[in-house]
Amino acid sequence: MTGLLPSPLGGSLAVAVCWLLIAALALLPARNSLFARRIAFPLGALAGLALAALGLRAVWLPPESLVLPLGLPNLPFHLRIDPLAGFFLTLLGAVSAGISTYAAGYFRDEGARRVALIALQYHVFVASMAFVMLADDAYLFMVAWETMALSSYFLVITDHKLPSTRSAGFLYLLIAHLGAIAILLCFGVMSGGRGDYTFDALRAAHLSPQWATVAFLLAFFGFGAKAGMIPLHAWLPEAHPAAPSPVSAMMSGVMIKTAIYGMVRVIYDLIGGVRWEWGMLVLAVGAGTMLFGVLYALMQHDLKRLLAYHSVENIGIILLGLGMSLVFIGSGHPVAGALALIAALYHTLNHAVFKGLLFLGSGSILHATGLRNLNDMGGLIRKLPKTALYFLVGALAISALPPLNGFVSEWLTFQAALQAPILENGVVRSLVPLFAATLALAGALTAMCFVKVYGIAFLGKPREAQHAPAGATGHDARGMELYGMAWLAAGCCMLGLFPSAVLLMLNRVSASLTGQGLSAEALKSSWLWLVPTATQQASYAPIIFLAVIVAVTLLAYLLVRRFYHGRVRFADPWDCGFAEQSPRMQDTADAFGQPIRHVFGPLYLMDRRLPGPEDPAPRFSLKIEDRHWYWLYLPVARLAEFVSAKIALLQQGRVSIYLLYSFLTLLALLVFVR
Amino acid sequence: MSLANQIVNLLAALLLLIAFAMLSQRRILTLIKLLAWQGGALAASTAIVAYSTGQPHLYFSAGLTVALKVGLIPWVLHRLIDRLNVRWDIETLINIPATMLIGIGLVIFAFALATPISQMASVFTRSTLGIALASVLLSFLMMIVRRKAVPQVIGFLAMENGLFFAATSATYGMPLVVELGVALDVLVGTFIFGIFFFHIREQFDSLDIRHMEKLKQD
Repeated sequence: MTGLLPSPLGGSLAVAVCWLLIAALALLPARNSLFARRIAFPLGALAGLALAALGLRAVWLPPESLVLPLGLPNLPFHLRIDPLAGFFLTLLGAVSAGISTYAAGYFRDEGARRVALIALQYHVFVASMAFVMLADDAYLFMVAWETMALSSYFLVITDHKLPSTRSAGFLYLLIAHLGAIAILLCFGVMSGGRGDYTFDALRAAHLSPQWATVAFLLAFFGFGAKAGMIPLHAWLPEAHPAAPSPVSAMMSGVMIKTAIYGMVRVIYDLIGGVRWEWGMLVLAVGAGTMLFGVLYALMQHDLKRLLAYHSVENIGIILLGLGMSLVFIGSGHPVAGALALIAALYHTLNHAVFKGLLFLGSGSILHATGLRNLNDMGGLIRKLPKTALYFLVGALAISALPPLNGFVSEWLTFQAALQAPILENGVVRSLVPLFAATLALAGALTAMCFVKVYGIAFLGKPREAQHAPAGATGHDARGMELYGMAWLAAGCCMLGLFPSAVLLMLNRVSASLTGQGLSAEALKSSWLWLVPTATQQASYAPIIFLAVIVAVTLLAYLLVRRFYHGRVRFADPWDCGFAEQSPRMQDTADAFGQPIRHVFGPLYLMDRRLPGPEDPAPRFSLKIEDRHWYWLYLPVARLAEFVSAKIALLQQGRVSIYLLYSFLTLLALLVFVR
Repeated sequence: MSLANQIVNLLAALLLLIAFAMLSQRRILTLIKLLAWQGGALAASTAIVAYSTGQPHLYFSAGLTVALKVGLIPWVLHRLIDRLNVRWDIETLINIPATMLIGIGLVIFAFALATPISQMASVFTRSTLGIALASVLLSFLMMIVRRKAVPQVIGFLAMENGLFFAATSATYGMPLVVELGVALDVLVGTFIFGIFFFHIREQFDSLDIRHMEKLKQD
């Protein structure tokens, strides 16, 4: 039977090539967007499913490698698939399957040329991500990495006629390239000037501790720029809202995970010899990223910006797991390190699924109402009942409520943090739980934020119902859009209900990467009980949890309907004695975040205009800006401008001066070679 | 030292003298005449090198030089300045005595540079390499200090003469194919420059390159 199946590597390569073919075919001249919608995107989704299956198989098989006779002369492309790559390919395939399905329906009302271009860029984008994960030399890796950056840049600037979109795209491209330079330098440091850039050679190279640390810092910076960790996160809240929703889902769900893949690949696999000091840096940055992300998310009223800040937050959670894993492994506790790594990778997968779902949901809202501003929404649950259901699943998952998937990975991260007492170093031992405590804070704030999103957008009454913006279809998601969201929502439930299977799979990834898996007792986790360390320490049974939730809900419902009163009553809520209430009097998104804004006031850069009591035309305005712009980005921009102005002095516009330049260069070279 | 050798040295000195003369010349017509003379000296020295070393392809080079650099290119330039009506005197950026002083400095520099190479070179190249390098640098200097476009092109052509001289005297000439290619390039270059002159004048009503400063991006 296994002989009939394609090998994971060959199959994955075939899927990636298939994506490229779809991209090329999408360019065929077509009079309408039917080809892209009916054929290209569904085919891409099928290819994604195949890739997920192949990746899943690769996790359980020994590594496989292949040399492609492509690329430059004497510099072929090396491909390799191992459990880590297999896991990330599964993530890519499964999530892209949902998003491609959704996209097949989403671009219904777009022009043919636009959809053709989007289909081209989108499929090049997914194919390049597959190549990033399959690459086994720095050369192919960088080629795929840059293709990914460029194709996603063009996707971000789909609406390039808007100046704000163009500047968002530029910011994204700039930070992506800064990161790429750091990654390139990191590969250079690792190769140590021997000129062999296959990953095998990099793995075999023994770096001195100083150079290993330099390589680690470069990799952390370079991949962190793509992942959106602070202070390099600035592109995320700009680029995600600018892109069409399926693209935002792809970028936030999958693309920033390729940065996590790169980080794990380079730090654990290529550099090796992990040190706990690195882990402390990752932990600190992760905790900062997480808190920053969620606090700023709470202040947003643009739905997609809010989701983008939550991506920043979730990257922080993943980094927290990675950091703990580095600390544990670096101080000689590989079992705890494996647990933390597994938690981080689990959260990577979970975030991909639920963030993809949430962005797709926001796309449906945008399609139906033309709105992105939460303050204008309200009561959407009646207009968009199906979207509301799927969005609720995503919101519950990201808020880390059991029995959905977000809870499992955050719980595992906590379990890893609770291993801190085994550490020898007292300072580290006390800092690790502290960082875990910030995770608890961030989790609570996330829940609050999604109460706000769901409450403001879907519940209540429409705030600005009178004038729907142009381009709004006014109807709920349907057809392919629903299937795409249903697939991801099912993923949220499955990953939450059957964590033991995922745990075993990730254990294999960890074992192949660090040579160490979980404890024997943890590996005996049954499908019902998830045991990360030992039975007497902690265990979790999501299905029992679900059963209890369902039972209690049903019981309460029955009790109320049967024995209490049993009738449905429609009435105004308490109206504060006002004679008349309008929907405009409901809480807004900004109002909901006000307590947090008060508590964490010094963290925000606020520009608030309060009208005076005598003002005949009162206007309240509030603008919250990211402090990073003022202490980091703008000074760097000014410095770059200053240096460029100095260099521009070279351009005199006089031919004689230019001739003089070459004359002096000639003289200097003559003297130099003498 | 053989007679041929002495004649080549004499011609080399002539070449350098002409380069200085071009540097100090204010009139375009004379400048073109000097260019033709320089071409002639070059052709003569190539022919003598060909005679004394017995390399027949150098005769061909010499013939090509006469045809192009003494005949065709000066004629084209004459026609060009007639058509453009730019027979006036040349303005320089730096006054002429100062230019000459810089030129002397460049010659010393060129000789200092060429001495170590000359030590290990063949008979003909003892002093000629320094002279060739000096005339290249002097022509380059001329391009820098002239303000009008036509003298700059003449400087460019003179520079090519210097390079050609270095090639013939130091290594008995480049392979014929290369020389043919270079000759063709120079010819084509001259024509292209001619076309550009017309365009520049159309754009700015003058061939003064100061006007091109307006093209600078602010």
